[in-house]
Amino acid sequence: MKDNNKKYWKGIEELSNDPEFLKHAHNEFPEFLSVKEKGSSEASDAPDRRDFLKLLGFSVAAVSLAACEAPVKKVIPYVNKPVDVDPGIANWYASTYQEGGEYCSILVKTREGRPIKIEGNKLSPITMGGTSARVQASVLSLYDTERLEFFVENGKQIKVKSIAEYAPLDRKIIDKLAAAQASGKSIRIVSQTILSPTTKKAIEEFKAKYPATEHVMYDVLSAEGILKANEISLGQRIIPSYNFGAADVIVSFGADFLGTWISPIEYAKQYSKTRKLSAHKKTMSKHYQIESNLSLTGCNADTRLPIKPSEEGLYVAALYNALGFGGLSTKAPNHEVIKKAATDLLKAKGKSLVVSGSNDPYVQLLVNKINSELGNYGKTIDVSTPSFQKQGSDEAILKFIEDAKSGQVGAVIFYGANPVYDHPKGEELKEALKKISLKISFNDRMDETSSEVDYVCPDLHFLESWNDAEPKKGFFSLTQPTITPIFKGNRAAQESLLIWSGNKTDYYTYLENNWKSRLTGGNFQELWDKTLHDGLYSGKTSELHVTPGHSETEAYAAISDTASVGAFHTGGSSTPNVNLSEVEDNINRTYKTNSGIELSLYYKVGLGSGSLSAGNNPWLHELPDPVSKATWDNYLAIPKKMANEMDIAQGDVVALTVDGKNTGIEVPVLIQPGQANNTASLALGYGRTKAGKCGNEVGKNAYPLIKVKGGRLDLNAGVVTFAKTGDERKIAQTQTHHTVMARPIIQDASLAEYQKDAGAGRYKPMIHTNLYGEKKPTEITTWYEHEKPNHLWGMSIDLNSCIGCGACVVACQSENNVPVVGRKEVLNRREMHWIRIDRYYSSDAETDKTGEYFESESGVKDLEIAAENPTVTFQPMLCQQCNHAPCESVCPVAATTHSSEGLNQMTYNRCIGTRYCANNCPYKVRRFNWFKYFENEEFDKNVSMNNFLGRMVLNPDVTVRSRGVMEKCSFCVQRIQEGKLKAKMEKRRPIDGEIVTACASACPTDAIIFGDRNDTESRLHKDNVVENAERSYAVLEELNVQPNILYLTKIRNS
Amino acid sequence: MQVTSPVRPPLVTGGKTVSDVTQDISRHVENKPTKLWIMAFTLSVITLCYGSYCLWTTWYKGIGMWGLNKTIGWAWDITNFVWWVGIGHAGTLISAILLLFRQKWRTSINRAAEAMTIFAVICAASFIVAHMGRPWLAYWALPLPNAFGSLWVNFNSPLVWDVFAISTYFTVSLVFWYIGLVPDFATIRERATGVRRVAYGALSLGWDGSAKAWQRYEAVSLVLAGCSTPLVLSVHTIVSMDFATSVIPGWHATIFPPYFVAGAIFSGFAMVLTLMLITRVVFRLEDYITVEHMESMNKVIVLTGSIVGIAYLSEFFIAWYSHVPYESYTFINRAFGDDYWWAYWSMMTCNVISPQLFWFRTVRRSIAWTFLLSIVVNIGMWFERFVIIATSLSRDFIPSSWAYFSPTLYDIGDYLFTFGLFFTLFLLFAKFFPVVNMAEVKAIIKSSSAKKDTK
Repeated sequence: MKDNNKKYWKGIEELSNDPEFLKHAHNEFPEFLSVKEKGSSEASDAPDRRDFLKLLGFSVAAVSLAACEAPVKKVIPYVNKPVDVDPGIANWYASTYQEGGEYCSILVKTREGRPIKIEGNKLSPITMGGTSARVQASVLSLYDTERLEFFVENGKQIKVKSIAEYAPLDRKIIDKLAAAQASGKSIRIVSQTILSPTTKKAIEEFKAKYPATEHVMYDVLSAEGILKANEISLGQRIIPSYNFGAADVIVSFGADFLGTWISPIEYAKQYSKTRKLSAHKKTMSKHYQIESNLSLTGCNADTRLPIKPSEEGLYVAALYNALGFGGLSTKAPNHEVIKKAATDLLKAKGKSLVVSGSNDPYVQLLVNKINSELGNYGKTIDVSTPSFQKQGSDEAILKFIEDAKSGQVGAVIFYGANPVYDHPKGEELKEALKKISLKISFNDRMDETSSEVDYVCPDLHFLESWNDAEPKKGFFSLTQPTITPIFKGNRAAQESLLIWSGNKTDYYTYLENNWKSRLTGGNFQELWDKTLHDGLYSGKTSELHVTPGHSETEAYAAISDTASVGAFHTGGSSTPNVNLSEVEDNINRTYKTNSGIELSLYYKVGLGSGSLSAGNNPWLHELPDPVSKATWDNYLAIPKKMANEMDIAQGDVVALTVDGKNTGIEVPVLIQPGQANNTASLALGYGRTKAGKCGNEVGKNAYPLIKVKGGRLDLNAGVVTFAKTGDERKIAQTQTHHTVMARPIIQDASLAEYQKDAGAGRYKPMIHTNLYGEKKPTEITTWYEHEKPNHLWGMSIDLNSCIGCGACVVACQSENNVPVVGRKEVLNRREMHWIRIDRYYSSDAETDKTGEYFESESGVKDLEIAAENPTVTFQPMLCQQCNHAPCESVCPVAATTHSSEGLNQMTYNRCIGTRYCANNCPYKVRRFNWFKYFENEEFDKNVSMNNFLGRMVLNPDVTVRSRGVMEKCSFCVQRIQEGKLKAKMEKRRPIDGEIVTACASACPTDAIIFGDRNDTESRLHKDNVVENAERSYAVLEELNVQPNILYLTKIRNS
Repeated sequence: MQVTSPVRPPLVTGGKTVSDVTQDISRHVENKPTKLWIMAFTLSVITLCYGSYCLWTTWYKGIGMWGLNKTIGWAWDITNFVWWVGIGHAGTLISAILLLFRQKWRTSINRAAEAMTIFAVICAASFIVAHMGRPWLAYWALPLPNAFGSLWVNFNSPLVWDVFAISTYFTVSLVFWYIGLVPDFATIRERATGVRRVAYGALSLGWDGSAKAWQRYEAVSLVLAGCSTPLVLSVHTIVSMDFATSVIPGWHATIFPPYFVAGAIFSGFAMVLTLMLITRVVFRLEDYITVEHMESMNKVIVLTGSIVGIAYLSEFFIAWYSHVPYESYTFINRAFGDDYWWAYWSMMTCNVISPQLFWFRTVRRSIAWTFLLSIVVNIGMWFERFVIIATSLSRDFIPSSWAYFSPTLYDIGDYLFTFGLFFTLFLLFAKFFPVVNMAEVKAIIKSSSAKKDTK
């Protein structure tokens, strides 16, 4: 082998024999460790071996610590930022909530293009910024995964890339419609009340194309009785406008006008005005409620009389008789309450209001007569501005079902209606549908009705759609989309109708064109933009349209005009007696006292009819019923007396037999104080089978129990008997103790006492000290005060205004990403709501003594028993933001601390979950994350955190809490911060009312005032320090925790 | 060493000689484990495994596995914690305070009692960690320098005081116990061969038995006894402050510190009795742990039991006298309410009524009675903590939030975990460590020739 002369070198240094290189050439590693060898003479800053070990140790520790960090989630910015979207800044759009005739003018908050929160629109003269739980929750329905993504043909979804691809399907439908038209059979569009004039116009267009079409409108919460009575007595099938705000005396026969009757947000707003008190207004309305089951309205009444449903007509007659107007000889019960009501009504002629929830036109006629005799028309009742929120006809839908059964219907289109579920003849309809050759539904899911049809062409959610609404004559508001349709395969129902009628205009253009004729007196574009911006057409502004010369006299005239048809006449040739006798005949015939137990059906304040998307809304299912505080179920409410007699305990499942017929319904029993004796009540809107994951199999469907009587729906289902099945089903209540135990947590007084002394009912604890005598609790402290130099956020809650509706609870849930925990966890008493409404029944055992339990003569246990017909008090309870917070001092890791603005802050990141703070909270408002509620299949009903679509509703400004940490009301600190920053950018102080918490803003009665106590000009300061200083009290004042929330005493006009 | 008066009866019976002591105590360390031991150990380990499963599930899924709710944030967890801490107290009292008071009879039982203390504190500590929502962050309760933005603990919080109290207590008890073990390890080392000799050699820290070593041993014992003595009072005082400093009626009571300390000693002595009565039979130590021991301890039980009883009555008196409605209600409800009357009356029966039987000498000296009542007392003391913690929370200020607590399988399982842990550790201790302090017992043997005298 030849000598190899090749020379290998490791680097230029070796090749060139660099002296620096040679010095270390013998070392294995050419790179030198930055470690000083022991005894090395090099005097350098290089660390020695010990330091190296220290560094090594540190880096190992640092790396392992870093490994424990939560994974980094990247936020991906827009490549091209849309003009209107600034990340982190909300866009607000005015819109309108309308579903089944329910109406609310709203503002929609969108973040990065997602609608996440709904607020009331203060510009609306009808709802005036109020909302309801259902309106608040409707944003969650937008992200319901049960919504259909595509059109469905014979049960199969037809996937498309764009809506235009449905053209062949449309042609098929058009052909079939034409065939139906040609067959001589009728075509029906079945919907609930439609408020939108443009939608109606589109329907008209459809009717023009297919003349066999009939539009059947019905109301699940039927108001047939009033409509019919007004048709008879006024000649117009209308619901008049009521103004509870102008009434000094209100008598309601079973009308739950604060909860479910016609337009509760509007009425609550009006009603609360008459209930508010201040140094300048020391009078309030007097409210009588005569009803069988304890409704939300009944809870708020000053005097409540429980009656059997079969006596309702008699009691109305009794009132008429007691008023002394004469002409009615019905033998009516003679009750003290009725006499008192009559006396009060007579004193308040023209300033009173009598309403009835009855669906019996003759009862309503008598109510009309009473109101007209009292001179309320034109004062508290306005016929000239009718409400369009109930336009449905019980007869029409019944006729449709009969026609369908007899095979006279060739095609049917269900639009926002689910009669298979929500009509008492739903089962019959389901069978009859088989005889109809073309069945179409616009519903957003495969619900009970949609699953029986040939084509489902899912409508857009209202937050995705254009529309308008006319809830009252002459009052218009607009719905505008706040997000592009989430599902490409959805199309506005109106557009479908237009296409099928041969009109290719898209619905937006159609709407705009329709408005072109209405918006006159200026540049259309400007007016249109303004109307869209405001969300409503401000052509009319007054809440109740009473114009001179168009009120009393006309209303009376209207009644007189109907002389020939109706039941009563106030003028003209005929005599009232004759017509009264017709009422009398009918009432005498219909209302007979019987000895059996009568079942009355009712709607839940939260869930409503439950027949459309609300039925699958977990926020509404978990919202405690304002009265019973039950969630996730319906139940048979019976009075305690009956339960004792029948040996039934709460939770016992009973099988219902109505009018001798076995209904197949088995529900648990709930013992309900205030439920009239020998009556029972059961909520409608439950027992869905095809609503979706959250709504299916929740409770039992009571719709089949609605009585169909004389062409109208009657919620008085008849005589019920029930027997224990032996099963037990616990009812998930958020409150299981119902009385206040004579504790000064609720401080109340009668109006008379209040008028004498504004501080009546106040409990003013004094602490005895040896050195200084009696001292107020706030004067003794061992704590240093926290400085609040800038703001001191606080709240005033008026117990007199709060009607307990629960809008605040859902608003808070929506704003603060509060998880839904489901029935099982509510049973475990672990609901997460940051604000709750405590409901207390009075007890017969209560005395004036505040909690002298050892001296209590009647015994402590008697205090626990609610009265048979209790007075009810609602108390919203949320974190009191104590200035001497007991929670703060006990947290070992300082995770809950006090801010310099009076806020009790919760730092989720720091919390280790000892729950000591919750234990030490006297108000029990802290909520613990017992489990991981997000991305956890066990909590699949918590849809806002457990599916990709639901997560879109989360408020990005509020952390989703991890398991094991404590949470609680933050006074919407994110809103405070936003408001402060906005003011700072504009170099000014925040203006009072600019920063509002979600609960305060949702409240339809303005019971909650949020503000800055340091601002002496604020409404809060004025309320607590000036106007209602004597009424303001801190709950548990004696503990000296110094809450930032003050309550105003409850004053009862009794 | 002190000389015991010849007039007094001997503390160790059976005329044991010094050599007998070594033989008797070392025997079970050196022999193969007995059948009884193996059975007991197996049972303990099974319990521990089941408990570990429950504890793991609780950790993995969350505290929701327990029966707690929005109103009752602590129930079995903190009840068990306080119960175990309380049990631990007897060991410290016996080894420290009785040492300072020169109560020679403690020598036979202090070793086991101290071991019991340590294991009980471990069990208690397991609940401190387990009850946290995020137990992996438990170290945040320690005032450690950190990189979280200089976050510090809240020194106002009684839970932080607890952390200090329990950790100090554990450290001092462990050191005290171990120091006491060193001479005995050396004794065993001298008798052992092979691996065991190396192991015990390492454990005995090079003990050479010199006079200097003994002198230092005595001095260290005294110093540690001095350190431990205040701990006997302070630990449960601080634990009681978890409740006393709160605002909750039924918790907020100035009587708590002495009442809790008495209760702790009460339950601790009962637990020591339970364990010793078993140990003496299993390891045939009847001559070392005598009826005299039992009687002395029963006297302490009747005293502390009565203190606790007076405390219960005082609370009631104050509830009435204060005229605070919430306080009044809490106590009326505690005793007569529909929800928890049974817990209250279990507590009263077990803690106040049953120990009064010890006024009778025959009961005091009856092994069967003592064993039975020692268990009854510990049941009672568990109920006491449950009554204070859970029933007070269940009905506090705002009636709308009143709730009821019922335990789940996981509440029970996690409690069983601590039993499994405790008995596993105790059985390991009893097998591998000398259960009686040989060195100290030898000091109270009358003389090396006493055996003959008694014949």
